Amino acid sequence: MSDKNPHYVAPIEESDQTEIDQVKLSERKSTLWLDAWRDLRRRPLFYVALVIVIFIVAMSVFPSWFTDIDPYATDSADLSKSNGPAEPGHPLGFTRQGQDIWARIVYGASTSLSVGLITVAITAILGVPMGAIAGFFGGWVDSLLSRIGDIFFSLPYFLAAVVVMTVLSDYRNVWVISVAIGGFAWATLARIVRAEVLQVKQQEYVQASTSLGRSRMGTLINHVLPNSITPAIAYLTLALGAAIVAEATLSFLGIGLPNSIMSWGNEISQASITVRTDPLPLIYPSLALIITVLAFTILGELLRDALDPKARARR
Amino acid sequence: MTTDVITTSIDEQPHELDPNKPLVQVKDLEVSFRTQGGDVHAVRGVNFDIYPGETVAIVGESGSGKSTTATALMNLLPGNGRISGGQVLIEDKDISKLGQRQMAAVRGHVIGYVPQDPMSNLNPVWSVGFQVREAIKANGLAKGRKEVEARAIEVLQQAGLSDAERRMKQFPHQFSGGMRQRVLIGIGLGANPKLLIADEPTSALDVTVQKTILDHIENLTRARNTAVLLITHDLGLAAERASKVIVMHQGKIVEAGPSRAILTDPQHPYTRRLLAAAPSIASQRIGATVSEDAKDEGVIELASIAKDRHEEAEAHAGGAVVKVEDLTKVFSIRRGGFKSEDLTAVDNVSFEVHKGTTMALVGESGSGKTTVARMILGLETPTSGEITVGGTRLDKAQGKELFDVRRRMQPVFQDPYASLDPQRSIGAIIGEPLKVHKVGDAKSRTARVEELLDQVSLPGAIAHRYPNELSGGQRQRVAIARALALKPEVVVLDEAVSALDVLVQAQVLQLLADLQTELGLTYLFITHDLAVVRVIADEVAVMEQGKIVEAGATDEVFANPQQAYTQRLLDAIPGSGLDWAV
Repeated sequence: MSDKNPHYVAPIEESDQTEIDQVKLSERKSTLWLDAWRDLRRRPLFYVALVIVIFIVAMSVFPSWFTDIDPYATDSADLSKSNGPAEPGHPLGFTRQGQDIWARIVYGASTSLSVGLITVAITAILGVPMGAIAGFFGGWVDSLLSRIGDIFFSLPYFLAAVVVMTVLSDYRNVWVISVAIGGFAWATLARIVRAEVLQVKQQEYVQASTSLGRSRMGTLINHVLPNSITPAIAYLTLALGAAIVAEATLSFLGIGLPNSIMSWGNEISQASITVRTDPLPLIYPSLALIITVLAFTILGELLRDALDPKARARR
Repeated sequence: MTTDVITTSIDEQPHELDPNKPLVQVKDLEVSFRTQGGDVHAVRGVNFDIYPGETVAIVGESGSGKSTTATALMNLLPGNGRISGGQVLIEDKDISKLGQRQMAAVRGHVIGYVPQDPMSNLNPVWSVGFQVREAIKANGLAKGRKEVEARAIEVLQQAGLSDAERRMKQFPHQFSGGMRQRVLIGIGLGANPKLLIADEPTSALDVTVQKTILDHIENLTRARNTAVLLITHDLGLAAERASKVIVMHQGKIVEAGPSRAILTDPQHPYTRRLLAAAPSIASQRIGATVSEDAKDEGVIELASIAKDRHEEAEAHAGGAVVKVEDLTKVFSIRRGGFKSEDLTAVDNVSFEVHKGTTMALVGESGSGKTTVARMILGLETPTSGEITVGGTRLDKAQGKELFDVRRRMQPVFQDPYASLDPQRSIGAIIGEPLKVHKVGDAKSRTARVEELLDQVSLPGAIAHRYPNELSGGQRQRVAIARALALKPEVVVLDEAVSALDVLVQAQVLQLLADLQTELGLTYLFITHDLAVVRVIADEVAVMEQGKIVEAGATDEVFANPQQAYTQRLLDAIPGSGLDWAV
């Protein structure tokens, strides 16, 4: 056999004889969030969505930067220009009431964004603790919280919001409509968080945290939550877009915000009367709505991909 | 494991091939993978031949290119990989020039394959019989329902499954790991190939099952004159099973030759390092005298580390730090509806761990060893029995008392990738115990973290980095540093080195030995690997089905096992059958 199996030894100089398991640090730090940011930075779509979102935020905080007209002022309507075309200073023309469409869209942005943000905050405040506690503590706590979640989950949140808004027709404002939407939409988030927590709590670093003396709650807050929150963040960004649509829909149906509050839904609703003769007053606020929601949806999906290292490796 | 009894019937005719004509020739093989960061050359200029009937082992650490070489032989590289240079000739045919159809004929008929993980390589939604029949049909071994069925039963019988006919209708989850691997071996050998590639065929299995599976492969292939290419990380196992050993490192062959020559007269420094670091080999050498000469730079001689450590521990051994008495844990398992069934995971276990020494708790999966560790760590409440740590009754401790007793005992877990919080910096991870127990101020804690990093031989600069930049061995060292932060008396090591590569494992074992000597630590070492026990432990307790079946000083238990089960475990250490008198 010796002729078939000679004893071969590689030239020693050629092979790497460095120390075992040396620490090789890359030049830049690497964390989940930093890596996600690096991933996002390379995506053109991220910038498009970001610019739109910044634009909308600026509009809602400083509407006067974008238009000289204050649509809330009593003299802002000029019936002689009802459904009038665009003219200098009025880039999108006039509504049936003779109000400037652009100014109304600019001032409506803050309503849409407020409803979106407040709804998302309510969803997060209800959904994250419910899901985290149910998943982490398990047992009867999980059974109880999950059944409560199931009840809310089985109610279509939009239908529930319609009922709430109808009952509370005397108290329609941004807060009430946000509670009506967010108060019924948290169950999905709770499920997402619970599933993630169930997975994370099996990790050995969670056991290590317990055995070094952290309380259960301390472990949950310090180790489990930070590692289970990323899918929730992506979901909330998507939910923000959905909440804006929900507000617009409720307002369109006349059970959302009162006409005294400027909102894209109200604009669409009022313009729908003359949509066959003058579609533009309806089309412009609709476009604003679509672009905004699209931007948040794209941002949410990019975030979801960027925060999932496994998805990043696949690309 | 009574179901794993071999009932082999061999009716295949042995291959009659010219023993001097190579079956497989690998010439200057290069394999590269396309990745985001450019091409990665996984295999760089590999040459070897496999002759008919011969058993060849490729040994290497993870990332050495050993598995890639094996998959390249079958032209089964993943989508981003390709043979970028050299040739693979199978029966003088260049496989890169074969079409899909011709290659499919080579797989199965010429080359059979046994994958690494029997748990994920059988499809859970199809019966075992279906999967065997599928393989038979794919290889065109039989036509017609009846013939295929008969052939499938035959294959399973050869795989050593008694009652093959009934077993055909069962699903993979009804089979043990060993039985599944037998089914996969049966499928691999179903078409009576001339070469069987076995890629770490036993690393997912319990030690005693490992041995029967390897014996089984050996019996079947020897009778049929089938060549075997065995891929393994264990040099002892390779030397025991193969006539020829190829050692790979970073995509290249560093040394190749007859296994005896590699084992007794290793020429390349890397091979020497591997030999010195392999627990299976070190455990054999401990009894014999350790040669002090010919120590190369950077070689971790596990056998001599073990000896030094043991002498040190014996000299400084103190009274019992951990005392476990009649410890029992009963889990109640839900059986659907309102029924539940009791499972006694730990049954009346008693032992003591003496200060400054290492006690190993050994057993196969399901033996209850991890449950014992979890109860001692206070992660699980005992059903009955007493646990005393440094005079405090742990099973009775609550609140403040429990919090204080935790300081005296810290864990290191198995999976280096799961034991560090990925969102925390290394410094925060190591400093966390100090913070929770309010030791010192922020400044003194930073200093302590630096000191701890130094103790586990990691650079202080990594304190601001995150775990994802570290290798498995480095993470495990961070976990050890975290465990040491509170200056505990006892460290519970739950399979702490099982997931590491041989050289890194040796390095961590050396670190643990050094730390024990330096700090007078007491270790409770939970493992399935008796070879590692031989190296690290002063005393050993063997667990089987929740009970301790044998306990005593490691030397005595190894020299003179009293129980058949212990003997079986000892026999299962790879390389135990080799003659070590050089």
